[in-house]
Amino acid sequence: MLILAIDTSTTAITVALHDGESVVAAGSHLDARAHTEWVAPLIQTALDDAGRSPADLTAVVVGKGPGPFTGLRVGIVTGVTMAHALGLPAYGICSLDVIAEQAAGSVAEGEFLVATDARRKEVYWARYAVRSGSVERLTDPAVDRPGDLPDDVRALPTAGRGPVLYPDLFATALPVLDVDAGVLGAVAARRSAAGESMPVEPLYLRRPDALTTAERAAK
Amino acid sequence: MSVDQPLILGIETSCDETGVGIVRGETLLVDAVASSVDDHARFGGVVPEVASRAHLEEMVPTIERACREAGVQLRDLDAISVTSGPGLAGSLMVGVASAKALALSLGVPLYGVNHLASHVAVDIVEHGPLPEPTMALLVSGGHSSLLLVPDVTSDIRSLGSTIDDAAGEAFDKVARVLGLPFPGGPHIDRAARDGEITIDFPRGLTTGRDMERHRFDFSFSGLKTAVSRWVQAREAAGESVPVADVAASFQEAVVDVLTRKAVLACREQGAQHLQIGGGVAANSRLRAMAQSRCDDAGIELRVPRPGLCTDNGAMVAALGAQMVLKGRDASRLDLPADSSMPVTQISA
Ligand SMILES: [Zn+2]
Repeated sequence: MLILAIDTSTTAITVALHDGESVVAAGSHLDARAHTEWVAPLIQTALDDAGRSPADLTAVVVGKGPGPFTGLRVGIVTGVTMAHALGLPAYGICSLDVIAEQAAGSVAEGEFLVATDARRKEVYWARYAVRSGSVERLTDPAVDRPGDLPDDVRALPTAGRGPVLYPDLFATALPVLDVDAGVLGAVAARRSAAGESMPVEPLYLRRPDALTTAERAAK
Repeated sequence: MSVDQPLILGIETSCDETGVGIVRGETLLVDAVASSVDDHARFGGVVPEVASRAHLEEMVPTIERACREAGVQLRDLDAISVTSGPGLAGSLMVGVASAKALALSLGVPLYGVNHLASHVAVDIVEHGPLPEPTMALLVSGGHSSLLLVPDVTSDIRSLGSTIDDAAGEAFDKVARVLGLPFPGGPHIDRAARDGEITIDFPRGLTTGRDMERHRFDFSFSGLKTAVSRWVQAREAAGESVPVADVAASFQEAVVDVLTRKAVLACREQGAQHLQIGGGVAANSRLRAMAQSRCDDAGIELRVPRPGLCTDNGAMVAALGAQMVLKGRDASRLDLPADSSMPVTQISA
């Protein structure tokens, strides 16, 4: 098994190769505006580092967001195109779930929050809980102004860049900022072994900014 | 790679069409296009985010369809080419990323090419090798350019372009004024067939000093304003608007300027061939007037079929094949999408 994992939903442009047990090679670059330039070279380098070729891959998994649209699409289209070209299954996993997995180690037991940068003074967020060692998402991913989240939600320990961007609005920051594709690969290996369906459907959570001619007329 | 007949897949996503074409040497095998134009009609224009979402959805299915219809396996491809600019940034990125993923997966070279140069190169798969030099008039919702093309893979010179609205944009805006649907081009063309050229609308940048400073440039914004003023005056006077006559008169003004400047450029630059491309090339009046003016001037007119004039993947594949045939350098895997790529830069 050799899973190629790609995520471009957070500031880190991140890729990894996962063999079902551990990360074989990985690479990340911190730049929220250069996805087109970095994703393919990072994949090429990871393959080279691992001494493997695209033909050795057995599946591709992408972080399906939520995340700023333009960058998010670069990772998704790279993953689905490679899967198609190589005749492999393509999986999609909510990127917030991956950050939650990364943060779970620093939350012994109980509820926590993942809040990432949605730009426009908003965050993408979802509530999670660690229960007997496993992570569970409690709410659907959403996008809101951080100040509009209920007080008891903002009081939870929070992973992602939300607390870095809005330190006054989140009580406790967990030490995880961006998605790590190595963890994305691990989650994909686990869910695929469990037979879970993982469709690749981008999580935009916002409709495009434009009024239809009918809406303009109604204004 | 079989150098004389390279098999190239080209991807085009610079605006609202997801295009995938496959060319073998100078022969077109397939031109698959998924258009999101219906999604944009509701908005009265192309919405970049709507276009980008549609590209992501259509990318792999369009690649799949192109290969199936051409009877080609991806592993048979010799290279991938892709529009890397100019165009809508978010849309370009989907195509560029997908093209890189193909090149990386298949272990073949990648060519990031210029969208406008591709509009010129497509005529190779329609009418054979390009005469050198060729004069190209590219007119669409996104561009209005007059280009002298000594070599489509290495030397394109911009003689002029629009200084405000693109020609196709003017059609869209005037269509809106006349209550015709988006995209305006075909609707104005159709309406104009039942009309008479009764109104003398202004021809931008065609007189005196303008012909010195903006000899081969275009301007359509004043024309658009003149049309809406004319319509408003009629409405204010309580008279009905003769839509067909306004459409015919407007169209005549656009086509007159385009063909007059294009033929003048051919004469002055010693080009024996004029090629017209871009969505507006489908306009019946433009084709007719260009034909008669070229005939008068002894210039050969080349216009690809309408499906190859609008944005498509075949044109990108056609230029990619030329890049391979002429031994041009391939692009690197860190190729960016360049929304304002100048036409003089043919590949990146
Ligand atoms: Zn075009």
